[in-house]
Amino acid sequence: MVEIRIHGRGGQGVVTAAELIAIAAFKDGKQAQAFSSFGVERTGAPVESYVRIDDQPIITRQQIYRPNVLIVQDASLLGAIDVAKGADKNTLIIINTAKNKDELKINLPPGARKNNLHFIDATKIAIAIIGKNIVNTVILGAFAKATGLIGLKSLEAAIKEKFVDQPNLVAKNIKAVKRTYQSNI
Amino acid sequence: MNNANYKSQMLEGSRAIALTIKNISPAVISAYPITPQTHIVEDLAKFKADGAANYEYVRAESEFAAASIVAGASAAGVRTYSATSSQGLLLMIEVVYNIAGMRLPVVMTCANRALSAPINIWNDQQDVMAARDAGWILLFAENHQEAVGQHIMAFKIAERLKIPVMANVDGYIMTHTYEPVIIPTAEQIKRYLPDYTPVAGQFLDPENPVTMGVLATPAHYMEIRQELHDDLTASLKTIDLEYKKYHSLIQNSKFKIQNYKSKFKIIDNGLLEYIGPKSPQTIIVALGSVISTIKDTVAESKDVGILKIKVFRPFPAEEILKIIKPAKNVAVIDKSISLGHIGPLASDIKAVAQGQTTANITSFVVGLGGRDITKEIILKIIKLAGRKSDRARFIGKV
Repeated sequence: MVEIRIHGRGGQGVVTAAELIAIAAFKDGKQAQAFSSFGVERTGAPVESYVRIDDQPIITRQQIYRPNVLIVQDASLLGAIDVAKGADKNTLIIINTAKNKDELKINLPPGARKNNLHFIDATKIAIAIIGKNIVNTVILGAFAKATGLIGLKSLEAAIKEKFVDQPNLVAKNIKAVKRTYQSNI
Repeated sequence: MNNANYKSQMLEGSRAIALTIKNISPAVISAYPITPQTHIVEDLAKFKADGAANYEYVRAESEFAAASIVAGASAAGVRTYSATSSQGLLLMIEVVYNIAGMRLPVVMTCANRALSAPINIWNDQQDVMAARDAGWILLFAENHQEAVGQHIMAFKIAERLKIPVMANVDGYIMTHTYEPVIIPTAEQIKRYLPDYTPVAGQFLDPENPVTMGVLATPAHYMEIRQELHDDLTASLKTIDLEYKKYHSLIQNSKFKIQNYKSKFKIIDNGLLEYIGPKSPQTIIVALGSVISTIKDTVAESKDVGILKIKVFRPFPAEEILKIIKPAKNVAVIDKSISLGHIGPLASDIKAVAQGQTTANITSFVVGLGGRDITKEIILKIIKLAGRKSDRARFIGKV
């Protein structure tokens, strides 16, 4: 089983990101589960969401304390909460930031390997493509590429399914996903 | 119509329930759209607005009104549905008692959430405990698939027995979680649940005038209440029978949903599910979605059995007793507390066991107000299960 934890702030699509991963993994023929630790719908409040992917049915409902993949959608959380809590040296970490590793205040797990760390300026890409600082799909392109856990086709299909009532968002988000999926991260 | 076309989908719990209700197609749905509400009624309102549903959707001005509207519609002889949660259920409660007293076959979902004060919107099961003694059948689901089935069965049971059914699902933990689930189509559901035809003389019909909710003096009130109690108690048989029918007609071998597997013998009926050894050291008893985490924690233990209660009212006392009798310890997990006593489920299990077993039965309160229930918490409860205590033990962290 692979466990994924996503950190961000209310309004950044943290919950949707987890749902998109689960829908895409399910389309790939895997078992999946996505849920969130909500705040009361408050824009800007820290939010966590969780995804499990497995070949077997997923039974547990506890939150994710030892993530195999960690996504940080908002680097301003780094000084505020211990986002890397429970991560180990094998945890793949994706952070949305314009800064480089040395400038970030993150307690990386001891022995964390450099090729497990991915920094992308998702905000810049999101503003350019989507027109807003909603970075979830930008990061999901990078996630799909870096982890190989979900296919690009399934992710595109998941976006179409999730945004079925907002067709104007579909093309932009697929473009955002492709931008990072096709880049070298 | 063959049933080979059951398709598994990745859905949020609320959406799974909303799609099921749409396929059941009640005549009247009423709800009040405010926190705490769920995506269930939001989705149902949208299906209607999109022209994809045939029911009347009445947006009420309060939860009290929503319950009154479905009560009135049900009294007029049509299939009705509502959903609520937390404080919303509390505001409905006067009507909830009336619905049962008037023998109206209303079906309602309760997305279980904490009660104020302090204000908290997250999951526990304190809300439904306020409706425990109202005369409704109270069902609890562990996962989306079970919730879908229970909702379909709920209408059949309610309409056969003229007893309302509340289908409970854990707020957030089920309502907001995405997991694979199969939603039977309207045609598939119809083979199990035919259209609702009220019995003449049992609904408000100018051709057959009746009075409902009449004044009952001390000369009659007690017998009427006892009759409701007797019918509710006797409904266990119908609930179990409907479970079997549902599973042969809908959730049968062609219904391919991946499930938890165990090497142990599983007792599974309409009232409860037991997984574990025949004579376990400890049996854990619980309601709702926490059973999943317990299964994941205990998996294949030769010492610990898991008893899931699917029907909390009426209370399946005999069936529970049969299962807990051989155990040394019975750890009862409640996501609610009868303040000043112990967990409500623990209290009931103790009453059932009275004089029937020497097992050490203890009350554990977990997960209040959305506190995460971890594997470690379950392991701690198993460890503490052998220690005698007459008090509720709150296990919030390890």
